[in-house]
Amino acid sequence: MKEEILRIENLSAEVSSQKILKNINLTIEENSIVVLFGPNGSGKSTLIHTIMGFNGYKIIEGDIFFKGKSIKDLSTEKRAQLGIGVMFQRPPKIKGISLKDIAYFLSSQEEEIQDLSQRLNLKGLLHRDLNYDFSGGEIKRSELFQVILQKPKLLLLDEPESGVDLENISIMGGVLSDYLKEYKVSSLIITHTGYILDYIKAEKGCVMIDGELICVGHPQEIFESIRRFGYERCKECQWRK
Amino acid sequence: MPMEKMKFQEELIKVGFNSQEKERSASFLQEDDKVKLVRSIASDIEITSTQKALKKYSWLKKYYKKAFKEAGKGFPGDTYEGGYFIWVKENAQIFFPIQTCLFLKKNRFSQKVHNLVIVEEGAQVYLITGCGASPQSFESYHLGVSEFFIKKGAYLNFTMIHNWQNSTVVDPKSVAVVEEGAVFVSNYICLSPVKRVTMYPEALLVGEKAKARFTSLLFAHPDSFLDIGSKVVLKAFSTSAEVISRAISNKGEVIVRGHLRSESSQVKAHLECQGLMLSEKGRIWAVPQLETFYQDVDMSHEAAIGKISKEEIEYLCSRTLSREEAKSIIVRGFMNTDILFLPQVLKSEVERLTQEVIKSGL
Repeated sequence: MKEEILRIENLSAEVSSQKILKNINLTIEENSIVVLFGPNGSGKSTLIHTIMGFNGYKIIEGDIFFKGKSIKDLSTEKRAQLGIGVMFQRPPKIKGISLKDIAYFLSSQEEEIQDLSQRLNLKGLLHRDLNYDFSGGEIKRSELFQVILQKPKLLLLDEPESGVDLENISIMGGVLSDYLKEYKVSSLIITHTGYILDYIKAEKGCVMIDGELICVGHPQEIFESIRRFGYERCKECQWRK
Repeated sequence: MPMEKMKFQEELIKVGFNSQEKERSASFLQEDDKVKLVRSIASDIEITSTQKALKKYSWLKKYYKKAFKEAGKGFPGDTYEGGYFIWVKENAQIFFPIQTCLFLKKNRFSQKVHNLVIVEEGAQVYLITGCGASPQSFESYHLGVSEFFIKKGAYLNFTMIHNWQNSTVVDPKSVAVVEEGAVFVSNYICLSPVKRVTMYPEALLVGEKAKARFTSLLFAHPDSFLDIGSKVVLKAFSTSAEVISRAISNKGEVIVRGHLRSESSQVKAHLECQGLMLSEKGRIWAVPQLETFYQDVDMSHEAAIGKISKEEIEYLCSRTLSREEAKSIIVRGFMNTDILFLPQVLKSEVERLTQEVIKSGL
């Protein structure tokens, strides 16, 4: 039996005094992928931000365990140092710090940095100030590049393919799939389009509506049902907990 | 090497002075009031103390104090002991920089120097000046008066690095006269603690198409007071100027002044100041001024002051950096030497120096 890497227990969280996450229970096992579906504004990104311990995301009930230990009182950097990595949807621009500077902070292996930047078609961006004048697709590739160099054991991906053209989704999907397999990494992935599912094998899918996880099941079946009937059907679904 | 000499050399390295004179075309070193080293390895460069030069060349009188007169300013102070005279001959293209250093060693010493730099027509030269004080030099004073004459079509790139002690008071005063088609670039770096620096260097663009660029990296530590300005008077047709500053207050006080004054038409001038407050204590005061007597000018300024964004820190923390590392990397990024117009030969050296000082200052 696989060991659990992340366990979320009865988690409720608020942002600006507004309760967003309601009694979430979710377990992600070692070397396994969970896909999180849900309409816009349902709280999916809030869940990822709460797992990372970002400023303004306050746990009001429940706990989060990483490799069996509670992380709810740890700072973001401690959670990252334990092995949780996140890809940002809208990362901040940072003047005077190049993508290369961050890369060399995260990895001491020149060959790895060169190979990965080549594969992700980022060579031309390495010397540029971080996220300055990056296109939507470039931001996604740069985020994936950094988080892979970081070598987390749990990868949190918030719509990794949104705003990326099909050719680049294929590049990113290939790189992501290789990384997850090679390093036996677990992942929680938010997706709307489902394109990323063509490249990775997810074990579990779940649906979040109004801050509640209402269903856990087979990812492709859930995605197919959402594609055909939308989220309205989820509310009446037989799998609903 | 004796310990004291070694320590002295370390102090010199911090202001960009290379005691081995490696990759330098000429050197001048003054300690308190004593000139310790004068050497030029390029035949096109003459370097000596200003006093000796005045004795040697009677024609120098037409330059001596003339830049200040042309700027309509009174000449500051009266007695001077030393200072460098640099004369770069016509059309000389000097690849390696000239280095000078004015150093304070004695306790409570007042160093008053008068520097005179003449770059003849068509010549191109880089000058790096390091000014500093030894840790033993308590409550010392430095008055550095500099006059630069950049003749027709010439280019002078002047980089000044200050590394004083927290009890030192410093008054650099300079005027540059820039002739037709000539370029004067001034890079100023002051990142270590000092009691007070007050300076307002001025460039007079007297010939058509002359250019001046002033850049500065300023870091005000607790109890440091920096009042740093740059003024360019665009006196001739089609001249241009740029003044760019980055200022950080870490509980210290920094005033960043800039004054661009157009006295002719078709001039282009831009002023930019960005400030970063690292604490609730301290102060940054940006004072940009644009002035014109002509319609046909393109003059602009932008200034922005803020604090380190929480989002940037959080982002870097999620990449495993500690909060302190994140803050340090953001500050070092803000003080990026890319804003300076450094020659390639000095770029990596100055970058390393500034990064080390900022890192140790945080």
